[in-house]
Amino acid sequence: MTIMPRWLTRSAVPPQMLPQTLHAEPPKGPWGGGGGSGGGDGSSGGGGGPRNPWSVPPGGRRGAPQGPSALDEFLRRARGGGGGGGFPGLPGGANARTLWAIGAGILILAWLLVTSVHQIERGQRGVVTYFGRYAGILEPGIRLTLPAPIARVQKVDVQRFRTDNFPQGDGQNLTLTGDQNIVDLSYSVRWNITDPVAYVFQLKEPQATVRATVESAMRAVLANTTFQQAVGDGRVALEQRVLDLSQAILNSYRSGVSIQGVSIRQATAPVQIVDAFNDVIAAQQDATGNVNKAQSYASQKVAQAQGAAAAFDRVYAQYRLAPDVTRRRMYYETMEAVLAKSNKTVIEAPGVVPYLPLDRARTAPEPTQPAVQAGAGR
Amino acid sequence: MNAMWRNPVVAGIAALVLVILLAATLAVVPEQSQAVVYRLENPIRIINRYQPGARLADGAGLIARVPFIDRVVFVDKRVMDLDLENTLVLSTDQRRLNVDAFARYRIVDPRLMIASAGNEDGLANQLTPIFGSALRNELGKRTFSALLSPERGQVMDAIQAGFQRDAAKYGVEIVDVRIKHADLPEGRPLDSALKRMETQRQQEATEIRAQGSKRAQIVQADADAQAARIYAESFGKDPEFYDFYRAMESYRRTFNADSQAQGASTDFVLSPNNSYLRQFDGRAGR
Repeated sequence: MTIMPRWLTRSAVPPQMLPQTLHAEPPKGPWGGGGGSGGGDGSSGGGGGPRNPWSVPPGGRRGAPQGPSALDEFLRRARGGGGGGGFPGLPGGANARTLWAIGAGILILAWLLVTSVHQIERGQRGVVTYFGRYAGILEPGIRLTLPAPIARVQKVDVQRFRTDNFPQGDGQNLTLTGDQNIVDLSYSVRWNITDPVAYVFQLKEPQATVRATVESAMRAVLANTTFQQAVGDGRVALEQRVLDLSQAILNSYRSGVSIQGVSIRQATAPVQIVDAFNDVIAAQQDATGNVNKAQSYASQKVAQAQGAAAAFDRVYAQYRLAPDVTRRRMYYETMEAVLAKSNKTVIEAPGVVPYLPLDRARTAPEPTQPAVQAGAGR
Repeated sequence: MNAMWRNPVVAGIAALVLVILLAATLAVVPEQSQAVVYRLENPIRIINRYQPGARLADGAGLIARVPFIDRVVFVDKRVMDLDLENTLVLSTDQRRLNVDAFARYRIVDPRLMIASAGNEDGLANQLTPIFGSALRNELGKRTFSALLSPERGQVMDAIQAGFQRDAAKYGVEIVDVRIKHADLPEGRPLDSALKRMETQRQQEATEIRAQGSKRAQIVQADADAQAARIYAESFGKDPEFYDFYRAMESYRRTFNADSQAQGASTDFVLSPNNSYLRQFDGRAGR
C-alpha cells in the first residue's frame, strides 16, 4: 500500500475504499472505456493500458454523492486524532520518522559546523561576542566558538593598509592657506586597525570618521601654513603635522585606528590662475637671464679696459725713455697707414681757391665724406 | 493528560507559547548598544550604559525582563557623527564663508535621549539645527582670518562648548567638533580671491623682473666704473701723451682703409703747411 501513487494518497481516500469507488463508477464514453472492463483491478488503479482520449480519467469523475470528499475525509481524520501523523502529505511510518530525524540531525550538525568553526586568515582578528557581549579575540587559524545564535564573530583585517584618497576621483580640492591663498591639494592617507575591539565597538562609522578626521586635520594644518610652504619646501613637515594631529584626534575617539602615513601627491595653484604662477617662475628666469647678461657685459668691459690700459702702460714705458722720437715715429706711422690707401690732393699755391674734384670723388662706388683738412699734427 | 501532550497540535502550540515567552523575556544587548528597560512606560533601569573611561562597559549580553510588561529600547552606545554641509557663515568682517563641519557625539543618558528625541534619527534631526546655530554664533563673532590661524582650535572648542550646552538637554555628550572645510563660496567671493591671488602673482612677477633688471644695471654700472678707474689709473700718468696716443689710435681706426669695408676711400686735401708734409719741399728742420 505504501507504493500507491501519490495523488491517490493526497486525495486522502482510504485505500480500502478505492476499489469500491472505481467499481461504483465505471468509465463512461461514447465508445465505451478503453480499459473499462479491467477497471476493477484495484492496485493497478486504472492507469494501465492505452488511454482512450475520450474516456474519463480514472477517478476523475467522482460524483459528489459517491462517498465523502477529500476535505470531509481530512476533517474527519483530524477530529479523530489518528496517531499516524496529522500531516497528510508527509510519508508516515517509523521508517520515515528516522529519515526525518537523520535529516534534521545533519542540518543541525552542518549548522554547528558552519557557525562554530571559524577560519581566521593571517592578518585578521575575530572579535567574538556571546549574545552581544564581548567575549574575546580570535587569533589567526581555525578557531572554535559556540554556535551561531549564541556567538558571533566579526572578522577585522588588522594588517592590511587602507588607503583613502582626497579628493575622491578627479576634480579640484581647493583649500585655504594661512595667508588667505588657495591651494589645489590632492593627498592620500594610509591607515590600519590596531585595536579591533575598539574599532568594532567604539565608532559607529569608523571609515567615515577616519576620512573626515584626516581632512579636518589637513585643513587645520594648512590654515596655519603659508602658500609657499604648502606648494614648496614645507611638504614633509606638513605631512608629519597632519599625521600627528589626526592620530591625536582618532586616539581621543579611542577608534583603534593608526594612521600610517599621509602623503601629499600634489599641491599647486588652482587651475584658473596657474598661468600667473607660471609667470612668476618665468619672471625669475628672466631676472636671472638679465643679470647673467649684465655680468658677461661687465667682464667684457673690464677686460677691455684692462687690455687697453696694459697696452697704454707698455707704450708709455717706452715713450718715457725717448719721448720725442717715439712720438714722431708714432705720428708718421699712423699718417702713413692712414694716407697710404687714400686719395690725396696737395694744394701748393697760396691764395688759389682750390678746385675740389668732387666729380672724381663721385666715381668712387659710394659717395663719401669728400675732404678732410688734415690739420697740423704738430 | 499524557495523551494530550502527545497530541502534536497541542505540543506545537505549547512550544510556540514557550518560544514567544522566551523571546519576550530574554533580550540581547549588544556591546554597541545601551538598553533602557521601561516597565509600563516607566524607565526602571539602563543596561550597558556608557561609562567614561571604561573601554567596554559591563552589562552587555543576555538580559531578562518581565514579558509584555517590560519594554526594552536600544540606543546606540558608539560615537556617532553629525555632518553639517555647506553652511553659509558671515564673519564679523562681513566675509561670507562656506563651512563644512562635523561633530562627534555620544549618548550618555539614553533615558533622557529617548524622552526628548525618541530615537537616534530623531536625535540627529534635532541636533543638526542646534549644531548649525552654535557654529554660526561662534563664527559670527570671529574674523575670517581667525579661522586661518592657530586660533582655529579655540574656535572649534568654543563651538563645541556652545553646542554642548544645548545638546546636554538630550543626554548627549559632544566628543569633538571640527571644521572640515572653511571655504569661500563659489562665484564672486571665490573668483575675487582667485583674482587677488592672480594679481599678487603678477605683481610678484613684475617685481622680480624689475629686481632683475636693477641688478643687471648695477652690475653693468659697476663694470663701467671699474673700467673707468682702470683707464684713469693708467692714462692719468701722462694726460698729454694719452691725448696724442689716443688720437693716433683714433686716426687709424677712422681713416684706415681696412675699416672702410664698403670700399669708400677718403679723399684728403692737404695743405703743404701740414706737419706731415714738413719734409716734402726739402726745407729740412723744424
